[in-house]
Amino acid sequence: LKCTEKYVYYLSFQSKSDIISTVEFNHTGELLATGDKGGRVVIFQREQESKNQIHRRGEYNVYSTFQSHEPEFDYLKSLEIEEKINKIRWLPQQNAAYFLLSTNDKTVKLWKVSERDKRPEGYNLKDEEGRLRDPATITTLRVPVLRPMDLMVEATPRRVFANAHTYHINSISVNSDYETYMSADDLRINLWNFEITNQSFNIVDIKPANMEELTEVITAAEFHPHHCNTFVYSSSKGTIRLCDMRASALCDRHTKFFEEPEDPSNRSFFSEIISSISDVKFSHSGRYIMTRDYLTVKVWDLNMENRPIETYQVHDYLRSKLCSLYENDCIFDKFECVWNGSDSVIMTGSYNNFFRMFDRNTKRDVTLEASRENSKPRAILKPRKVCVGGKRRKDEISVDSLDFSKKILHTAWHPSENIIAVAATNNLYIFQDKVN
Amino acid sequence: MLSKGLKRKREEEEEKESLAVDALWLDPGHAAVAQAPPAVASSSLFDLSVLKLHHSLQQSEPDLRHLVLVVNTLRRIQASMAPAAALPPVPSPPVESSMADNLLASSDAALSASMASLLEDLSHIEGLSQAPQPLADEGPPGRSIGGAAPSLGALDLLGPATGCLLDDGLEGLFEDIDTSMYDNELWAPASEGLKPGPEDGPGKEEAPELDEAELDYLMDVLVGTQALERPPGPGR
Repeated sequence: LKCTEKYVYYLSFQSKSDIISTVEFNHTGELLATGDKGGRVVIFQREQESKNQIHRRGEYNVYSTFQSHEPEFDYLKSLEIEEKINKIRWLPQQNAAYFLLSTNDKTVKLWKVSERDKRPEGYNLKDEEGRLRDPATITTLRVPVLRPMDLMVEATPRRVFANAHTYHINSISVNSDYETYMSADDLRINLWNFEITNQSFNIVDIKPANMEELTEVITAAEFHPHHCNTFVYSSSKGTIRLCDMRASALCDRHTKFFEEPEDPSNRSFFSEIISSISDVKFSHSGRYIMTRDYLTVKVWDLNMENRPIETYQVHDYLRSKLCSLYENDCIFDKFECVWNGSDSVIMTGSYNNFFRMFDRNTKRDVTLEASRENSKPRAILKPRKVCVGGKRRKDEISVDSLDFSKKILHTAWHPSENIIAVAATNNLYIFQDKVN
Repeated sequence: MLSKGLKRKREEEEEKESLAVDALWLDPGHAAVAQAPPAVASSSLFDLSVLKLHHSLQQSEPDLRHLVLVVNTLRRIQASMAPAAALPPVPSPPVESSMADNLLASSDAALSASMASLLEDLSHIEGLSQAPQPLADEGPPGRSIGGAAPSLGALDLLGPATGCLLDDGLEGLFEDIDTSMYDNELWAPASEGLKPGPEDGPGKEEAPELDEAELDYLMDVLVGTQALERPPGPGR
């Protein structure tokens, strides 16, 4: 699909006043999970396509809602731990139930989401409302039977992985062995086994012996999609390290080190801040990694460490506004980036509820907007354009009119189809490509 | 919860900041907006960075990434403003020259001092509160943070009461945690040392450059913090 093909906006959900903090499709694309600032997880499920409406793609409806994390208080440090969900990652489906990991700043939880459509009836000791019966009234015994009931979806916490992170967790990643996963905070990365909650292995530790020497933090981490011994992590200095867990138990020494030399003509006081990587993602093929820094998205070939193979400008018109963006802290915003299923198109968010797509093959790009005012259900999204200077055309928007409070930090792409989920503050938008 | 109140305030400020963006556009011709490698940063960019650092240090649990990026940027700005002067070591007295240089030198040294003290606090707090983090059998030895971490780890699970029964006493524990709020000595001369206790207070009498507004602000922070804290324990 060429990325400049129009997308049809067909559905929008608004969660109750909480800002969406993470969005993730599961491995089949049947489910879409969102996490929000209030610690809630909302899961959407795609409708089965009916034979009668063969041209209408399945829509996503709410499937399950649950409170994943609650605010906590750390008594020793006298600190409140936010309940905001930083990341959700799905496990591949192995039976009828669905499993996902959700994490806040300190604690990772494994949730099981399962359906119940039968209910046992005919207990001996309880009546139909569940009240205990007087044993004296029981004169016969019977075997309870399962009877159909309305479908109920329930979420239960199966594991709680706590007390392993001193700093704030920014990433979790499920390993391709499906037995382990990692959690990364500002200075450390831990490896967990799903079955063991009271123990984790520290595999990366960049905390200096003397904290005065701290100049760099970990910003994101991810396992290779196929090689269970390989993972990458990015830093606030714009570097990516690829590590092999077979080399040593503590992967402080990287196998590969990716960094692009600084462009001297673009040097400013803010060079380091804008080079800080906010997201790193392996391609589905495992051959490339994509990184997002403040102004660009870069694609790297794992076999070439000295520079990216592709660089895409997300909103270069902000380069001359860095001082203002530093003043209002927008320069510290952490945007994510995603691949489409075939690794041919990449997508990331921007300000003013804009999001951008780049087609790696045709080198064409498009800017779209996620907003209710500009989209009606079933309407085709219109490409947007930001006017940098000089004459502004009719449909263009000038840089100075951009709304920086409307930032799209989180997006997700269906694993095999052209369906995208875009989180705009507390609204979730789902778009899919036009069906003729 | 007391810290909760503090934190919520910060969030409201954040929201106000992010929503009032349109008003904050600087003149594109601002000296600090660099297209070419800048020779010298404007002092307003320096002040802004110091303010950000101060704000960040005020947090009960600073965002480490934000803090590190601001500090690194501030160091870059400082380096461009006084390229010839080497960064003075912490205990040395401020340079005896113009007022601006005085502020710069003392700020820089005090900056290092306050950064150092904050990061030390983070390190120390981590050592106290870290639950037993069992390393792999083949894990590298000697990676425990602070000598006391392994034995104190279990205390994390036992609650605040037991957590107070530390070798260095109740006052030691809270002094370390509190210091990060008191120790914003961005204007005090470095000769006071790395980590003055709360009883020293900010060395206002030795920093004539500190103006009234900054003084009031600092006092508000201290008083506001004190009002939210538990009643002072022994020795505070």
